[in-house]
Amino acid sequence: MTRLFGEPVERLEDLRLLTGRGRYTDDFAHDAAQVAFVRSEHAHAQIRDIDVTGALDVDGVLAVYTHEDLDGDFANPLPLLVPHEGIVAPRTQYALATDEVCYAGETIAMVVATDRYVAEDAVARIRVTYEPHPAIVDLGAAAEPGARVAHADLKDNVAGQFSEQKGDVDAVLAMAPHLFEWRFEIERSASTPMEGRAVVARYDASDDTLLVYDSTQAPTGIRGGLAALFGVDLERVQVVAPDVGGGFGVKIMQFYPEEVLIPWAARRLGTPVKWTEDRREHFIGSNHERKQIHEVRVGVDDDGRILALETRFLHDSGAYCPYGLIVPVITSAQLPGPYKLEHYRYKFRAIYTNTVPTSPYRGAGRPQAVFVMERTIERVARELGLDSADVRRRNLIQPDEFPYDVGVSFQDGGPTVYDSGDYPRCLELLLDAVAYTDFDVERKRAAAAGRRVGLGIGAYVEGTGIGPYEGAAINVLGDGTVTVATGLSTQGQAHETVFAQIVADELDVDIERVQVTTGDTRRIGYGVGTFASRSAVVAGNAVKKAATSVRQQALEFAGRVLEADRDDVELVNGTARVKGSPQTAIPLGRLALVANPLRYAYGAEATEATELARKAYASGDAPLPEGSTPGLNAVEYYSPRCGVFGFGMHAAIVEIDPDTCNLLIRRYVIVHDCGRVINPLVVDGQVRGGFAQGLGGAFYERIVYDDTGQIQNASFMDFLIPYATEVPEPELHHTETPSPNNELGVKGVGEAGVIPVSTVIANAVADALGRPIDSMPLSPWQLFDMLHPDPAER
Amino acid sequence: MMYAGPAERVSITLTVNGDVHELAVETRWLLSDVLRHQLELTGTHVGCEHGVCGCCTVLVDGRPARSCLIFAVQADGADVRTVEGLAGRDGRLHPLQTAFRRHHGLQCGFCTPGFLMAALPIYREAPAMTDQELRGALGGQLCRCTGYVGIVEAVRAAAAIEAEGDAT
Repeated sequence: MTRLFGEPVERLEDLRLLTGRGRYTDDFAHDAAQVAFVRSEHAHAQIRDIDVTGALDVDGVLAVYTHEDLDGDFANPLPLLVPHEGIVAPRTQYALATDEVCYAGETIAMVVATDRYVAEDAVARIRVTYEPHPAIVDLGAAAEPGARVAHADLKDNVAGQFSEQKGDVDAVLAMAPHLFEWRFEIERSASTPMEGRAVVARYDASDDTLLVYDSTQAPTGIRGGLAALFGVDLERVQVVAPDVGGGFGVKIMQFYPEEVLIPWAARRLGTPVKWTEDRREHFIGSNHERKQIHEVRVGVDDDGRILALETRFLHDSGAYCPYGLIVPVITSAQLPGPYKLEHYRYKFRAIYTNTVPTSPYRGAGRPQAVFVMERTIERVARELGLDSADVRRRNLIQPDEFPYDVGVSFQDGGPTVYDSGDYPRCLELLLDAVAYTDFDVERKRAAAAGRRVGLGIGAYVEGTGIGPYEGAAINVLGDGTVTVATGLSTQGQAHETVFAQIVADELDVDIERVQVTTGDTRRIGYGVGTFASRSAVVAGNAVKKAATSVRQQALEFAGRVLEADRDDVELVNGTARVKGSPQTAIPLGRLALVANPLRYAYGAEATEATELARKAYASGDAPLPEGSTPGLNAVEYYSPRCGVFGFGMHAAIVEIDPDTCNLLIRRYVIVHDCGRVINPLVVDGQVRGGFAQGLGGAFYERIVYDDTGQIQNASFMDFLIPYATEVPEPELHHTETPSPNNELGVKGVGEAGVIPVSTVIANAVADALGRPIDSMPLSPWQLFDMLHPDPAER
Repeated sequence: MMYAGPAERVSITLTVNGDVHELAVETRWLLSDVLRHQLELTGTHVGCEHGVCGCCTVLVDGRPARSCLIFAVQADGADVRTVEGLAGRDGRLHPLQTAFRRHHGLQCGFCTPGFLMAALPIYREAPAMTDQELRGALGGQLCRCTGYVGIVEAVRAAAAIEAEGDAT
């Protein structure tokens, strides 16, 4: 059969999703009671009183809960998911607030009612008496000595801090021929998947089991946490992430308050309970990311070679740090990108503010890192009168320098060691594709006609495929269907297709016969989650291992059934057969039946299988020989020692409309490399989608807070995700540098597309306007101000 | 003028994908909620509940409408078509659905039913549209996954796929 690895196979999940048969969390349990929350109106306040009596009178209300009602560990603060030695003041929120609320949107009380309409009626009748405190919202101000504190019991707002150094930055900076200092800033933004978060819980008292549907990126972790919270065996809790309507990071937090409270209420009430987030709740109650303020000191020689670089930066943690320091740690590790920094130091402080907490959003600290590095390159080039492409060329890590150790820690705590890459080739491909050398002429010609056009480029390296592990369970059914289960979930990444490609190749079966289930702990209990561009790498290799094991079993057992030497058996088109004797064959499904030594009363294959079993078991062995298992199936795990590093470079040619100050993208070119490609259709889709999200982050999207800590744009009317009318089609080019670290040779691609976009737009606009862009995102009014620097002329 | 309080129910008739439903609904219930939770037609998705994302788009009397901005009582007597009514009763995909699959016009699939229903009245004109016109025609629908390339290609290709299908 044609090998499917590398082919643009149409997606298997599409048939379901296109016909309205997708099953998202809110599509389950129409019989469930529904939940609405009272959320803090204030960004920082003491709660003096919660009066729920008015709510209890509402017809259809089943229960109203506040923190007082929570018992055991449910009454404790939610977990800190990723501990780090740099955390100095860990704070996580309570599922329902106790006496202090630290951001507008924090959950205070919970109403369970017959439907959401009634639940919201009741929420409106709950009276919370607050003693408001002035909020601290601005990141820079929050980091100042003596700043107002985001938590009443803290003396300052530092959640954590960390620093690492490679080489001797101070000594080299002191001797550098040129020393520059700049400040760069990236605003707050958010994932905003089209489906918000949702949780459904069904408790069955008769056997003390809990079934939870959760629109999460990590069902296995949710399951483990809930079992521990309830103090029950893991087997009594099952968590399913069904179809998930986008994630982009925001759906992995472990735990959001609602993920704890809905199961708790379902168990307490003995009735199914559902909560489906509305869009306003998503803006005020689901995590954000991106806000960082960087200071850079860079020493360069006359040719623009970077001798040493230091960045000190502030990371906006929001009101709590449930995800530890992971975002600034990633920024720090990935800031050098494809460039050789022999002397590099970072020092960051993660700062509490009275805003929605932050955790990774697609890109996860890398868009900030790339912005800082690539704006630095551009500014160095400009200061020294050099071509910025030449400055890039001179600083790139060379193809013969892999594996390359960046010299600081990666997000998994291990060293940051790039496995493979060819950065110079990537850059030359990009420059060729965008006709870089011709652009000078074009820019001048446009300028002569009064038009502002500019070209910008940007490069990134993305660490992907981190551990600890993923697993795959494969089973061959009697009808020849091959089922595959992975613990990680899917939010659009086509796992059902790409994992099926791997299995179909290994077993030589029709891909339509391969059924992949993701994110269902009933099918496989162990797994980690879909984040950090890790699924294809970690789960993909686990699937490959499990498929290889099933293949070996099939060959082995077919040898016995077909009375041939194992090495003379081959798997062809869903059948095991003797090489050179295709009529001596058995379909894989039949083989699986025979490999399970019991009697089948029903099924067309039963008679034949029973007959064949006689042959297979005639040798006097035990029916199941030592070391074998019934049927054809395997569970295998893949655990990488370290991440694998994809990379890419983007270029944009932009024009600024002089009348509207709108950004017009004339061309957008992408060269990217994620190792070996399993499915180019899917990879292109990931890159294009990432580009669109990056463009949103460059020019349209930002979370805007006022000084009192209220979000000013908590709707899609005001938080502007680009439509088809705003997103041009990018030109895609690929290189393929396999990873030597895993059998498939793959690297992750989920986040890649988004990472450099904001930077590339910034560089292009800076080129068009002839002035630096040191904060992102941009907007028409900012471009207007830059085009008309003199207020008198506006 | 009829008056009914929030908890009182009003009888309405909805024809959905050709099936006639007699329903007793609260006046404040959204059409999207009635489709999803009363009729259990969960293919219509709700992404923002304020009329911006377009995930909940259905056809009401042949025209695309945000089902989250319509009260079910307003749709009394209307002919509603949802994504569940797009494929043939024999399960054969509509050319738009085939096109979305072929051109990778969906990833997570949450916005997809809305895009399909928004594209349904226009896909036959799409081949003659400029890129800007076609994107404008789809400009009421948000997608967070795809970057729209596959969606625009799919809507443009659907009429040709339909012609292929008719020819066979």
